[in-house]
Amino acid sequence: MSRDFYIFSNGRLKRKDNTIYFIDCLENKRTLPVEQINCIHLFGEIDLNSKLINYLSQYGIMLSFYNYYGYYSGTYYPRKKNVSGFTVVNQANHYNDYEKRLYIAKSFVDSAVHHILKNMRRHKEGIEDLIERIQAERKNIEKVQRIDELMGIEGRIRKSYYKSFNKILKSDFGIEKRKKRPPTDPVNAMISFGNSLMYTTVLSEIYKTQLDPTISFLHEPSVKRFSLGLDISEIFKPLVVDTIIFSLVNNRVITFDDFDIDEGICYLNEKGRKKFISEYERKLGTTIKHRKLKRKVSYRMFIRLECYKLIKHFIGDEEYKPLKAWW
Amino acid sequence: MEFDLNNFKVQGVKVNYYYICKRKLWLYSKGITMEQNSDRVMIGKLIHENSYKRLKKKEVLIDDMLKIDILDNDYVREVKISSKMTKADKMQLIYYLYYLDSLGIKKKGLINYVKEKRQEEIELTDEYKREIEKALIDIKEISQKRKPPELVKLPYCTKCAYYEFCFAKEEV
Repeated sequence: MSRDFYIFSNGRLKRKDNTIYFIDCLENKRTLPVEQINCIHLFGEIDLNSKLINYLSQYGIMLSFYNYYGYYSGTYYPRKKNVSGFTVVNQANHYNDYEKRLYIAKSFVDSAVHHILKNMRRHKEGIEDLIERIQAERKNIEKVQRIDELMGIEGRIRKSYYKSFNKILKSDFGIEKRKKRPPTDPVNAMISFGNSLMYTTVLSEIYKTQLDPTISFLHEPSVKRFSLGLDISEIFKPLVVDTIIFSLVNNRVITFDDFDIDEGICYLNEKGRKKFISEYERKLGTTIKHRKLKRKVSYRMFIRLECYKLIKHFIGDEEYKPLKAWW
Repeated sequence: MEFDLNNFKVQGVKVNYYYICKRKLWLYSKGITMEQNSDRVMIGKLIHENSYKRLKKKEVLIDDMLKIDILDNDYVREVKISSKMTKADKMQLIYYLYYLDSLGIKKKGLINYVKEKRQEEIELTDEYKREIEKALIDIKEISQKRKPPELVKLPYCTKCAYYEFCFAKEEV
């Protein structure tokens, strides 16, 4: 079972013989077990060389880079081994046919709303009206004929959802409005940070399948992003990221000390990121007994299963039904 | 009519899958592979790498098509984890023998079940030749289908690298 490794300090990542070492700026050496790595996330300033990259590629290990504020800058992906032109051609067909594209886009939004409502019902005191409003709005998803209308519905639902954060979060943490670029308060900072972790996780799962990450359905395929990653993230953001935020804040694990504010930009500092990531990794590793597989499945694996269901949909095997968490 | 192998030749693994599961064969033939995610396949690979280390001719690639585990003077050998899939393993090896035969190379086959410390010898007969030809025609036909063969639950599905792929569904 492979897992992700996170490096926060500055230093050098290198291969010596058949071992990967991380040497930090104080010359402390740490070995990383190559067979167990899925992805290495680099938050510090790290030197590395092509010898290391070649070695990581052999094992299909990805390297993700984050900037000073902890925002995702990019990933090194080894050469893709499992390619299926047949799948990609059919994936593209589902984009080009507007009806087909709309079906998939609606599925993503509906699953996201299902998980949003699930979160809200767990903390329902004082937000009953917002829940009702979202339920009413959700009914329109089915009727909608266009992606931009669908995006509009989604936007209004999210607005009500974020409004409810002020009631769900039991402390001085609050959110006035979702602000992405840049986040200006701790809650927005956590949402942004969590969402970017989710995006990289989804991409690393897509990468293990035959799907093409650039062909998306809800988000417009664009040149800047692997937008299928954004699409699938919609399903998992409320299920994973938001529940982590609620639990970190309500159990008073995270405090104002875990954030820095720099010229109006609020971001998690190293201590805060560590807390968030350890909770994030714990959550992704949590398993649920799958009703059809009759097998324990981790949250991370649920992301991969979503990819599998999409492939089956594209190749005409089985209609895609998005995940709707039943637990 | 003479059977023209050139028209029907495939990788050995497809012959194996043909006898295990037609759906798996179809998916594999479309590049939808799951093997790299499977621990069991990883174990098979390790067993392969760690057995018969003294033999020189391991992993021989013939005609850019067949990847033969071990080739020695009289035998073509195939290494397997367990003897559960006897028929499929046997036919894969018979296909190798058939293929080599068509190139004018006569060999016998040996399947090595390393963990069970057991081996089985196989010879290419006319009956086997006909069976392989029929399978190859079928394999071509299945691979050309536009949709995968429908899911059939087999007793060994849970051991398959495609298990999660095939059975990931929602209850609706």
